Amino acid sequence: MCDHTFVAITFGPCDSCTLNKPLMNIYLQNEPVNYCSLCVEMMACQGLTQGENLASLKAESEGLKLRLEEERAKLHDVELHQAAEKVEPLGQLVTKARRSLKGHGNKVLCTDWCRDKRRLVSSSQVTEHAVTMPCTWVMACAYAPSGCAIACGGLDNKCSVYPLSLDKNENLSAKKKSVAMHTNYLSACSFTNSDMQILTSSGDGTCALWDVESGQLLQSFHGHSADVLSLDLAPSETGNTFVSGGCDKKANVWDMRSGQNIQSFETHESDINSVKYYPSGDAFATGSDDATCRLYDLRADREVAIYSKESIIFGASSVDFSISGRLLFAGYNDYTINVWDVLKGTRVSILFGHENRVSTVRVSPDGTAFCSGSWDHTLRVRTGRYLSLSDTHTHTHTHTHSLT
Amino acid sequence: MTISMVNPSGNLREQMPFLTKMERVIVSMQDPDVGMKMRNQRLLITVIPHAMTGSDIVSWLTQKYAITEEEALHIGNFLVKYGYIYPLKEPRNLCLKQDESPYRFQTPYYWTSTRWPASEMDYAIYLAKKNIRKQGELIDYEKECYNVLHKRINHTWDFVVMQAREQLRASKQRRKADRLVLEYQEQAYWLVNRPPPGAMEVLEWGPERGSIANPRVQLVTGHCFFLNNACVCECSFVKYCEQYQDHDPIMQGCLPSNPWITDDIMYWNMNSETAVMPTKLRVERWSFSFMKLLNDPLGQKEFLIYLEKEFSGTSENLLFWQACEDVQHGETSRIADKVDEVYKQYLAPGASNWVNIDSKTMESTLEGIHQPNRFVLYDAQRHIYFLMKKDSYPRYLKSEQYKNLLEKAIVPQETKKSVFPFMRRQRHSSPSPALLTQAGDDDGKALSSSVRANTSAPSPT
Repeated sequence: MCDHTFVAITFGPCDSCTLNKPLMNIYLQNEPVNYCSLCVEMMACQGLTQGENLASLKAESEGLKLRLEEERAKLHDVELHQAAEKVEPLGQLVTKARRSLKGHGNKVLCTDWCRDKRRLVSSSQVTEHAVTMPCTWVMACAYAPSGCAIACGGLDNKCSVYPLSLDKNENLSAKKKSVAMHTNYLSACSFTNSDMQILTSSGDGTCALWDVESGQLLQSFHGHSADVLSLDLAPSETGNTFVSGGCDKKANVWDMRSGQNIQSFETHESDINSVKYYPSGDAFATGSDDATCRLYDLRADREVAIYSKESIIFGASSVDFSISGRLLFAGYNDYTINVWDVLKGTRVSILFGHENRVSTVRVSPDGTAFCSGSWDHTLRVRTGRYLSLSDTHTHTHTHTHSLT
Repeated sequence: MTISMVNPSGNLREQMPFLTKMERVIVSMQDPDVGMKMRNQRLLITVIPHAMTGSDIVSWLTQKYAITEEEALHIGNFLVKYGYIYPLKEPRNLCLKQDESPYRFQTPYYWTSTRWPASEMDYAIYLAKKNIRKQGELIDYEKECYNVLHKRINHTWDFVVMQAREQLRASKQRRKADRLVLEYQEQAYWLVNRPPPGAMEVLEWGPERGSIANPRVQLVTGHCFFLNNACVCECSFVKYCEQYQDHDPIMQGCLPSNPWITDDIMYWNMNSETAVMPTKLRVERWSFSFMKLLNDPLGQKEFLIYLEKEFSGTSENLLFWQACEDVQHGETSRIADKVDEVYKQYLAPGASNWVNIDSKTMESTLEGIHQPNRFVLYDAQRHIYFLMKKDSYPRYLKSEQYKNLLEKAIVPQETKKSVFPFMRRQRHSSPSPALLTQAGDDDGKALSSSVRANTSAPSPT
C-alpha cells in the first residue's frame, strides 16, 4: 500500500543555488519547487526590464485586474433575477417530514444518497452500517455508484473504503481499505463515475484523486491557500472537471486530467462550506459562513446571483439543487433550512424542526425527497410540493413546516 | 471585573461572521429613533431601567426584517442564547419568551466576540465571589467547577480570593439597581461561556479550521478568460428550469405517487434501470441532451439498437465510446489490457469495428497507446462523442424507433394516499445493492461499472 503524504520541506538544499538554507515552497509552471528566499527574489526580478521594479509590476498587475473587472462589468448587463422576470413566481412550498432517523448517537456530519434513490449513508461517529472509526469526527462520507461500498474519513486524515456486506453481523472494520492519505483532516470525498476512483479534499489545502484498488495517488490539486472544505463533480458532458471551495473564500474549478486550476471565483466574505453544481453543469452554487449562498456561472466566469436575507445571520453549511435546478436547498447553522428560488433570488420557504445545526442537505438522486442531517443526532427525510399561486389561494390550511 | 483580554486564535469576529451580524442587529435594536421601545422594570423593590418585553422583541424583529413571528422568535432566541440579551426573570434560563417577560441588552464588555475565550482565572474569581457573598450559593455543577479550579490553579488562589473580595467591596459602594444589573450581566456571560451540564453549548464550533495555512505561493503567469455575454448564459438557466420542471418531483409531483408519501414503490420500479417499458417522462428526457440519453442505461441500449439497424450502421462509435469509458473509470491494473483490446477492435487498420477519427487525433492516440494510461483515449473518445452528438443523435430523435417508443411509453395513473391507516402499505427494507451485483458482465460489451443491472424486488403488501 503506498503511503503518499504531502510534506513541506522547510530547510535544506535550495533547488537553485544548492546551499542549505530555509526554503520557500513555491510553484513554477505548476511544479512544486523549493527555493531559498534569495533565489526567489532574484528569479522574480529576472523578468524585470529596465525601469521596472517590484512596486511598478505590482501596480501594473492591479491595473490589469481593474481593467478585467471593467470588461466584465460591461458584459454584465443583466442579473439573473432580471433575466428571470417573466418567469412565473413560485407559490407556497409545502413540506412534510416522512422519515426521522435517530440511529446515530452523535452529531450527524455528512450524508450521501445511494443511486438506488432510497438508501442513505451518514457519518458521525458511527456510519449506517455501524462501522466504528477510531477518530472522533467523521466529516465525509460517500456511497459508491454501485451501492456496494462506502467511503468515509475525517480527523484521521484518511479516506477509507468499506465494502458493504450482506451479513449485518460481519465486522466491517476488518475489511476496511485505506485509500487516501492527507496531512490534515479529510473534509469531503466523492466517488467519480465508478467505484474505482475517489476524489478527496482536505484541511491541508489540497484535493486529490486516488485509485481505490492500489491506494495510489493519481493526481493532486494545489491552489487553495487554506483548508478545502467541499467538492463536487461536474455533470457536464466533457466531464473530468470538479469544483472545490475552502477557507480561503475561493471556489476553484479543476481539470482532473492535468491537475490545473481552470477557473477561480472569490466573492464570498468568509469560508465556503459547500459547493454544488447546477444540474446542467454550467454553474455551481456555494454556501458560506458569511450567511449567503451564491451562484457562479462558468461560461460567463462570474457570480450571477446572491441568495441572502438580512434576517439570515448564520452560515450556510450545505447546499443542494432540486432536479430542475429551480430550487436551492440550503442548511444553516441556525438549525433551519432555507429554500431559494434560484432564478428569482428570493427565499420561498424556511423549514424548522432541527434542534441543532444542520450540517448536511442532500436531494435524493431522483428528486423525490431531500434529507437533512444535523448535530441534533437526527436525519430527516422530507418531501415537498409546490403549489402554484392559484392553488395557494384555495389551500386553506397551511402545513406547519416543523415536524416530527 | 477583571476579565483578561486573551485572544489566542486571532480575531474571533473575523472567524465568526455571524457574531458581527448579530451585533449589527443588536445595535440597530438600540437605535434611538427606530430601535426598541424600552422602559423601567420593577423587580421586587428595585427599578431597573432600559428593559423590554419578549413580545416587543419578537414584534420588532418581525417588522424590521419582514418575516414571520416564528422566524423572529427563532432569531431572538439566538440573541439570548449567545448572551447579547439576557432575561431578568428566570435569569438562569437563557431563552426568549414571547410574552411580558423582561429582557435587557448585554453590555458590549461582555459580548461573546469581545471576550473569548473566557479564562479560567476569571471564572474562578466569579465563583469565588458567589461563594463569599452567600455561603453555599453555588449550584452543584458550579461547586464542582470551583473545586476543580481550586486544584488546577492553586498557585494563584490567593490572588483569586483577593480579587473576589476587592470586587465585592467595590460593588457594595454602588446603587442597588446598578449592582443588580452588573450581577445579571456577569451571570449571563458565564452561562454562555460555562453552560451548566445538559444545556446546549452554543460556543461549540466543530473541528478547528485554518490551522495549516498552505505556505505555497503560486506564481501565476497568466490567465485566459472567456467572457461570454452574461445575458445569454442567464437565459439558459431559465430555459433549463422550464424544460425540467415537469421532471422535478418537488415542483410537479410524480406519478403514480411519491414513494416517500404513499409508501408505494411503484414509481421506483417503473423507473428502474431494468424496466422493460420506460415512462414517457424518461423517454422525453433523452431528447433534452445527448448526455441525458447516454447516462440512462436504457437509453444507451435503445440508441445502440438504432445505430445497428441504420443503413450505414455506425454502432461501432457507441461501442468505442463505451469501451473508452470503461478504460477511464475501471481498475488501474487492467488499463493496459483494455487499451490493447480497444486498439485491436477499433483503432488498428482493418479492425472489425474501426472508428472514423480525424487523422491528427488518430496519430496522437496511436502514439500515446505505447504508454497506456486512463486518459490516453480521451481525445479520441471526445471526437467520437461529438460526432455522434452532431450526427446520429438528432437522427435518432427523428426516427420511427424513438417516436414509437415515446408513444408507447407509460404515463402512470395517479394513486392517492390511502386515508385509512390499516390500508397503508407495509414498509420493507429494499434489498441492498451489494446483494444484487452480477458476478461479471455477461454480454462481453464493456459497460462502465456504474451501469450495473439492479433488479429491485418489489415488496407488495
